[in-house]
Amino acid sequence: MPRYIAQRLVAAAVMAILASAVIFLIANLVPGDPVLAQLGDIAASDPATVLRWRAKWGLDLPLWERYGIFLQGLAHGDLGISIATRRPVLDDIIQYAPATVELATVAFLLSLLVGIPLGIAAAVWRDGWTDSLARAISLLGVSAPTFWLAFIMLAVFYGGLEWAPGPGRLDPIAFPPEGPTGFFLIDALWQQDWETFRDAAAHLVLPSIVLAAATVGLITRTTRAAMLDSLQQDYVRVSRAKGMREWSVVMRHALPNALVPVVTLGGLAYANLLAGAVMTETVFSWPGLGRYTFRSAAALDFPAIVGITLVVSVTYLLVNLMVDLSYAVLDPRVRR
Amino acid sequence: MDGSIAAAPGQAEQPVLDVQDLHTVFMTDDGPVHAVDGVSFRVGPGETLGIVGESGSGKSVTALSLMRLLEEPARIVGGSIRFQGRDVLAMSRTELSDWRGDRAAMVFQDPMTGLNPVLRILRQVTEHIVSHGRMKPAAARRRGIELLRRMGVATPERAAGAFPHEFSGGMRQRVMMAIGVANDPVLLIADEPTTALDVTIQAQILDLLRGLNQEFGTAIVLISHDLGVIGTVCRRVAVMYAGEVVEEAATEAVLADPRHPYSWALVNAVPRLDAPVGARLTSIEGTPPDALNPPPGCRFEPRCPFRISRCAQEHPPLLEVAPGRRARCWVTADGRALPRPTVPAAAAAEPPRMAEAPLLEAHGVEKHFPLPRRAWFAPRGAVHAVNGVDIALHRRESLGVVGESGCGKSTLARLLTRLHEPTGGRVTFEGRDITRASAAEMRPLRPRLQMVFQDPYASLNPRMTVGDALAEPLRAHGRVASRRAAAERVAELLATVGLKPAFASRFPHEFSGGQRQRISIARALALDPAVVVADEPVSALDVNVQAQVLNLMLDLRERLGLSYLFIAHDLAVVRAFCDRVAVMYLGRIVEEGPADEVLSRPLHPYTVALTSAIPDPGRQRVVLGGEPPSTLRLPTGCAFRARCPVARAECEATPPLADLGAGRRVACHFPGAFAPRTTARLETV
Amino acid sequence: MSASAAPLALPPTRSHLRRRLRRYGPAWLGGGIVLAWVLIALLAPWIAPYPPDAVDVTSRLLPPSAAHWMGTDTLGRDVFSRLLHGARLSLFAGFSVVLLGAALGTLIGIVAAWARGWWDEGLMRLTDLVLCFPPIILALAIAAALGIGPVNTILAMLVVWWPKFARLARALALVQRSQEYVEAATVLGLRPRRILARHILPNTLGPLAVLVTLDLGNAILTFAGLSFLGLGVIPPTPEWGSMVAEGRELVEQWWVATFPGLAILTVVVGFNFCGDGLRDWLDPKGRSR
Repeated sequence: MPRYIAQRLVAAAVMAILASAVIFLIANLVPGDPVLAQLGDIAASDPATVLRWRAKWGLDLPLWERYGIFLQGLAHGDLGISIATRRPVLDDIIQYAPATVELATVAFLLSLLVGIPLGIAAAVWRDGWTDSLARAISLLGVSAPTFWLAFIMLAVFYGGLEWAPGPGRLDPIAFPPEGPTGFFLIDALWQQDWETFRDAAAHLVLPSIVLAAATVGLITRTTRAAMLDSLQQDYVRVSRAKGMREWSVVMRHALPNALVPVVTLGGLAYANLLAGAVMTETVFSWPGLGRYTFRSAAALDFPAIVGITLVVSVTYLLVNLMVDLSYAVLDPRVRR
Repeated sequence: MDGSIAAAPGQAEQPVLDVQDLHTVFMTDDGPVHAVDGVSFRVGPGETLGIVGESGSGKSVTALSLMRLLEEPARIVGGSIRFQGRDVLAMSRTELSDWRGDRAAMVFQDPMTGLNPVLRILRQVTEHIVSHGRMKPAAARRRGIELLRRMGVATPERAAGAFPHEFSGGMRQRVMMAIGVANDPVLLIADEPTTALDVTIQAQILDLLRGLNQEFGTAIVLISHDLGVIGTVCRRVAVMYAGEVVEEAATEAVLADPRHPYSWALVNAVPRLDAPVGARLTSIEGTPPDALNPPPGCRFEPRCPFRISRCAQEHPPLLEVAPGRRARCWVTADGRALPRPTVPAAAAAEPPRMAEAPLLEAHGVEKHFPLPRRAWFAPRGAVHAVNGVDIALHRRESLGVVGESGCGKSTLARLLTRLHEPTGGRVTFEGRDITRASAAEMRPLRPRLQMVFQDPYASLNPRMTVGDALAEPLRAHGRVASRRAAAERVAELLATVGLKPAFASRFPHEFSGGQRQRISIARALALDPAVVVADEPVSALDVNVQAQVLNLMLDLRERLGLSYLFIAHDLAVVRAFCDRVAVMYLGRIVEEGPADEVLSRPLHPYTVALTSAIPDPGRQRVVLGGEPPSTLRLPTGCAFRARCPVARAECEATPPLADLGAGRRVACHFPGAFAPRTTARLETV
Repeated sequence: MSASAAPLALPPTRSHLRRRLRRYGPAWLGGGIVLAWVLIALLAPWIAPYPPDAVDVTSRLLPPSAAHWMGTDTLGRDVFSRLLHGARLSLFAGFSVVLLGAALGTLIGIVAAWARGWWDEGLMRLTDLVLCFPPIILALAIAAALGIGPVNTILAMLVVWWPKFARLARALALVQRSQEYVEAATVLGLRPRRILARHILPNTLGPLAVLVTLDLGNAILTFAGLSFLGLGVIPPTPEWGSMVAEGRELVEQWWVATFPGLAILTVVVGFNFCGDGLRDWLDPKGRSR
């Protein structure tokens, strides 16, 4: 087992380096010119300005040298300087990450808590009303555009009914809690600042529901399909023939076998929530990585794009690694 | 089998199971299908009842109905099931789960899927001991290990903590049996418990069942498609056809003197080891009736060779035709017996050309399949499927290759047809070395070297009509000039295998298994082959269809002068079909010779065990312990010595396949040292 | 289940029609929705009441009325007309991404499965490499680098789209390779190209078609998302995602953003119904997974 983990870690590292090369190439080979995007039309029409600017950001060096510099920096944890914010990219990412991780985690927990029970119920009472409900929820969840759902939720629950607070992580006049993590919920608990905790939690409700919508749909579908499959297996019939109660048949015999695909999807979904918060964060003015990504992309801020993509794909690789390792726990056939 | 009853069923005694007029239907889109249609029987305490029938006869649905384990869209719609007087159909869900697995238990067909892959063995054996409140967990664990030991699981303490995937099929079926008997049930229902297993393992499991009945007086209902299997365990048998019981009697009586024409067909379609060599098998034409609209009269009437006019009009009841036996037949209703089958002796076939050079030959052929590495720098393992086989097939000869699953016989077939490339050794066809021939070099040879596959459902492309499938090779090899010519040849081929030419426009899913196998044979014949390699061509078929296909293959051999290499696991089939036979064990041939000689006077201990493991009531049996070793790491010396009853120190040296004269070759240091006569019976290990 | 000893009482069969409706109803509904949108996309210039980019500052942000069924936007353009025209780009983008992606991916997957060895290894590592990026982020980065515009966005999506088809096609082809009817074709001496074309490909098309149908909705969603972020189209062009973006601040004038979103929702639901129906139809055993 340790050997397996070590191997997988090495493989993931190789993939990450390859990935960095790919994204570096994309960012540098394609026709979009960051100089034009940054300088604006008037300044860009002066060749001297353009040259000076290119030299300043190292854009005049050959491609492989730039990648070499980039890799060297990477070894020291240096992802370069953002062209747009003029701050180290890593600092930016560290500043924005907690907001996104907090939102994605809450959304992920929400989708598991709703999706798995709903999927089980739909499979057990197949073709019944729970099944219809599960289908409707998962269909709407995966079909509704996130950005539109965000708008509708804001329009209805904030603009119309005024049940929920508006965009942002906190009330505009409130101060963020002091704390070590950057997660407002945890920091507020740390400070025992109940006021802020309630405020932060209330602000999380709408964005996390919106972000979770698609994931709930996927998890419900997968759980239902895996449970249906599992319930049709011979061992389920054997456990009924043994006289096990239906609850035990479902929860102790069928469910553990159905969890493998759900975990696979869950891992992928969590990684996608982290990455896919772009639209939700944009609509809810959530100061997280998603909005940062979007702004960097719009400004063709390549150091930032490369940095974010790298960080996110490493996260992706790590999540996938954990999913693979969890198979060994869930399914003895994979254990070595 | 003698004395399989512990307690004689008294009249006054309450039966363990009393089924009256049971009706189970499947609600399909096209209407209700009566899978079980008025079945009645009784099982007394300690009695053994077999239920036999072909696939679709309703025997498994009956078994599931007894335990009320049916799932939608199947439902019990009528009749009664009484267990020790209690009405099973009236039980609530709680009562039902208290009863199941406690007083009545069930063992299923497929041990590979019947155990939960993520739970440890012991937990699966003991959880219902605890849940039925019979024991506390600690005591249940001790009992679980004891049960595993009693069922013949090697090292039960270690097995208890293992997961199902670590076990072979035979071991898993032992675990399933342990689960079944954990709470000392009064009744055990076993649904095809040995169908997925090899004969030597099957013999072990059947022994266990018999032991349960004799030692503990457990009543047994055994469902099987094989009358031989039922004969070794059950005193009485019910024969099912199209959802009905058509005959019920003592097993020996049915085997010796069947009183329903369907049982008659079932008994006589099975190739027997004591039948004259070269005799055709008795088969009946047709297929079971459409379950949606069964015929108004006797359901067997359209296929019955003895039918009289009354049969088509009136549905016969289950009548007492002799003391203690009932049959659903107008012909035998007055107590008369059915005649013995008159099978025309085969026209004297042209003898194999043994003097000529062989058509297809292998010398020391080997095949190892490399396994994926477990780690980057770990050594690569390999499955040693075939480990040095010499074999030669002559013109007009039919050579059988038998062995249990995993012995490498199917791989050998694929090496000889060059679907696989040998790892070592040499393969020649018509004198030409094809060991390393490329696909392009093989192409001109392919027409003369054809193959028929095992699974009639997988060997035809589902998206091609039968006509296209048959015309494809003709066109690819330029055998036909036009579309018309192709269609004519296709019609001719279909007629050759006994199918209507009109079938050419249909798709494979519209045919039954037997018909599909005929189509596969027609496809193999399309290019006028000299050699047909048949990989278990009948093992997926019901006995009657099996007899039809075997008869067809025998006819074709005579008419077209074919040579067959016939892969099989069923010795009786090989004896009915082949001139010579080669017995394989762990990728090697251990014995070879004339089929009749080898099977009636086996010399290798493995062949002895194989022949005696064939379920056949009244036969002296040797139950071979253990299971074949892993093909990942080959044992040194004689591969069979770990299981061999007469192994000695000499067996550490690999015995060569020595020629004993009269065409017989045996790979054993002591050929003939072990015979069923000398050792009455070996206990299971 | 208390039918003991009672006369044969067959449970009432649900009527044939209701059964079929339950099983295939959604699929027909989905097909209808998709067909309707395709027709709208084709006929938009003729059925739209106003030109999609007719600015009229005198009628800004009018609520839905008889003259403007879905109201007007900040520039006084008719939301309904823009919505009808928007179908063209959305459907075009969805179809081109998925069909091209599927074609490319299937080709790569089948070649990998058939060639095995180094080709397989190389192509599959390439697939893994693309799959180790979160699709949205990668598409966003590429689209940003290529520049704003529908063609560039479609190209960016293509880069992240083909791998899943490659994986599925390879897996399906590997299953096919070991099927007995493919072995039978080899024994019959057919050429590899013929086996690939006549035996392997036709039997992999079913599951691929299901994935394609389900994925069309997905691609339309992603394209709309990228447009929402400002990448898909250059402003005056009507596109659903960018229409929602234009209206996202206008909570009072809800109609500006609501209707284009509903349009996306219905198309995606339609494709989902179609895909599920297709799967049921191809595999009656695994009904309604």
